[in-house]
Amino acid sequence: MPIGDMLFRSVDDSQINGVFPNTFNEYKKWDKEKDVLPPEEVYKALFEELAYGEKIQIGRALTRMNYSKSGWKSLIKTTSRQIKKAVKKDELPNNYKEFLISANEKWADPTFWYAMGQMVNNTTPIYYWNALDRTYDQDQNVVMQDEKRRIYIKTWIKTLKISVYVTIFCLILGFPVAHLLANLPLRYSNLLMIFVLLPFWTSLLVRTTAWIVMLQQNGVINGILVWLGILSDDGRLQLVYNETGTLIAMTQILLPFMILPLYSVMRVIPKSHMRAAQNLGAKPATAFWRVYLPQTIPGMSAGGLLVFVLAIGYFITPELVGGKDGKLIGHWIAYHLKTTLNWGLCAALGAILLGVMLIFYWLYNKIVGIDNIKLG
Amino acid sequence: MNDTSQSFVKFEKIDKSYDGEVLVVKNLNLDIAKGEFVTMLGPSGSGKTTTLMMLAGFETPTNGEIFLDTKPISKIPPYEREIGMVFQNYALFPHMTVEENLSFPLEVRKISKPDIKEKVQKALDMVELGNFGTRFPAQLSGGQQQRVALARALVFEPRLVLMDEPLGALDKNLREQMQYEIKHIHDRIGITVVYVTHDQSEALTMSNRIAVFNDGVVQQLSTPDILYEKPENSFVAKFIGENNTLNGVVREVNGSSCTVELDGGFGMVKALKINVNEVGEKTQLSIRPERVSIDNSISDSNNFSGKIEELIYLGDHIRARLDVCGNNEFIVKVPNEGSFNHKEGDELKLSWNSEDVRALDL
Repeated sequence: MPIGDMLFRSVDDSQINGVFPNTFNEYKKWDKEKDVLPPEEVYKALFEELAYGEKIQIGRALTRMNYSKSGWKSLIKTTSRQIKKAVKKDELPNNYKEFLISANEKWADPTFWYAMGQMVNNTTPIYYWNALDRTYDQDQNVVMQDEKRRIYIKTWIKTLKISVYVTIFCLILGFPVAHLLANLPLRYSNLLMIFVLLPFWTSLLVRTTAWIVMLQQNGVINGILVWLGILSDDGRLQLVYNETGTLIAMTQILLPFMILPLYSVMRVIPKSHMRAAQNLGAKPATAFWRVYLPQTIPGMSAGGLLVFVLAIGYFITPELVGGKDGKLIGHWIAYHLKTTLNWGLCAALGAILLGVMLIFYWLYNKIVGIDNIKLG
Repeated sequence: MNDTSQSFVKFEKIDKSYDGEVLVVKNLNLDIAKGEFVTMLGPSGSGKTTTLMMLAGFETPTNGEIFLDTKPISKIPPYEREIGMVFQNYALFPHMTVEENLSFPLEVRKISKPDIKEKVQKALDMVELGNFGTRFPAQLSGGQQQRVALARALVFEPRLVLMDEPLGALDKNLREQMQYEIKHIHDRIGITVVYVTHDQSEALTMSNRIAVFNDGVVQQLSTPDILYEKPENSFVAKFIGENNTLNGVVREVNGSSCTVELDGGFGMVKALKINVNEVGEKTQLSIRPERVSIDNSISDSNNFSGKIEELIYLGDHIRARLDVCGNNEFIVKVPNEGSFNHKEGDELKLSWNSEDVRALDL
């Protein structure tokens, strides 16, 4: 249900249709080939709906209108004031078109009228285009945003890149740990297991801020490196508030999600398999590569998918340690949800995120087979 | 066969300890001739599997040396020993088909593709699984998996095949069938086999010779018939086949025979002197159930009587549990000839030849 609601919101445009129903109805009759500006009826409907509409509703609609083209807000506001004045004096104009154009000359600018075309339907793809740094030009073609307003594609690529890196690092670090866990005598493996699980019992915030302490320029790691003479005092590494910091902290935080599925798969691989392979003439490396590793694929893929899916939507850690460069798409979703209140864009970003995950599931199923996932 | 000069596998004074304190294998000396089928038989924890693992190269002896074809092999890693092995749970690789499992040892030896194909097919035909090459191990029954494991251990023509309780996971019928099959394959290709089991009937069925292990020591190494009929100590007597025991003290030694006074004052028994030496020594007498006669006709000196505690009808024979000389677990097998008409509680007269009673250690 929440997902359905989100998908619905990402294309929903009915709110504005509720505010300007007649205007949009008349607008649809406008023949753009024949007339440069819309017919008189459109102006009349707009006049009436601005004059008698609810102020709050109109305010909300304005926010939406500004997504299509900036300038709507001020245009409508000044016009409204004129209309209200006229209505108060009971001086309804004879020609609405002229009245509006005299109220604000932008009403003679066809680009505003074209932009209105994006809103007349109950559904709109505009949020999706926005989420991919695209918008409509005056001829209603989908084009790229201005150079300086392009943020989402860059963030999407960064999100995917960091997620892939985090997954790979988790695999590289998690595989030996899981192997040890599965093969050490119970005494040691229990202890190791506690170390693996310890992070789960610690607040995510604590761990993230701990990383800040570790990684900052005057932090533990830089301190040790300088003390050892590996770095000079003014050559301290910038390890936090950038992509590096996000990568390091996320890898550590998501590592258990890789280790546990791997461990549960490795635990049930009989030790006799490696022996059998060696007995059959394979050197230990060959035996590992051809007999052990293929059997861990279900665990690697389960862990990999888990880490990747968690990483792609991760919020708190990149928000805290990511600084300006290390922010992922989750940041923008939260930003639009809480700050700009552009829930349509927010929902579209979320829907794309969902779509990306589904694509990965699908790819995974094609390559490895979903039946191969094993968590225990 | 016991001539060390022609032994193919030779264990020389092998000790093995995992923790540096307890020896799981003690001073093991064992010679196996080429083409022989030798079984290591013993209860769990007796050191038989450890011995096998040392031969395969997965464990190293603490002391002593193992020779294969007169060469010491302790320094050779398992993957260069050219020894095939069938593991307890087969250890088939689940992500490979049967064919891939069998090709594996050939591929790592860099044998050409056509040769591999031919050898794999030959090995599969040998275990009568010619059409199962493209299946995965999980799609096979236990018996079929067992055969694949066998074929895989043989396909690269190893010098020696080791089998670690390979039939343990099969049900009884299949186990017996596989025993014959393994034996036939051994007879046909003449490969040397070292087999580990805790099942004595399996050992008796298949082996040329059996080494009975207990407590890290080989108790007796003999052919199945000698092991059964002439056990050299009470462990072997009890472990192999069914066995009646009577405890007593040696009262007289006379060459290869002795006279034993039974504990509890039940009388004197004439027996073969096996591993008792002196008068006054405690001993355990061992008599096989089928060597006890239920009349007085066969013996001059060993005549006793026993009360029937339980009778079990088994078709070809009747199994009688008696109370004889204070032992109420004394078993007698009475051939079903139609003349046995005693009931539980009856007294039976018993006798046995002194050559069938063996005075062993206690």
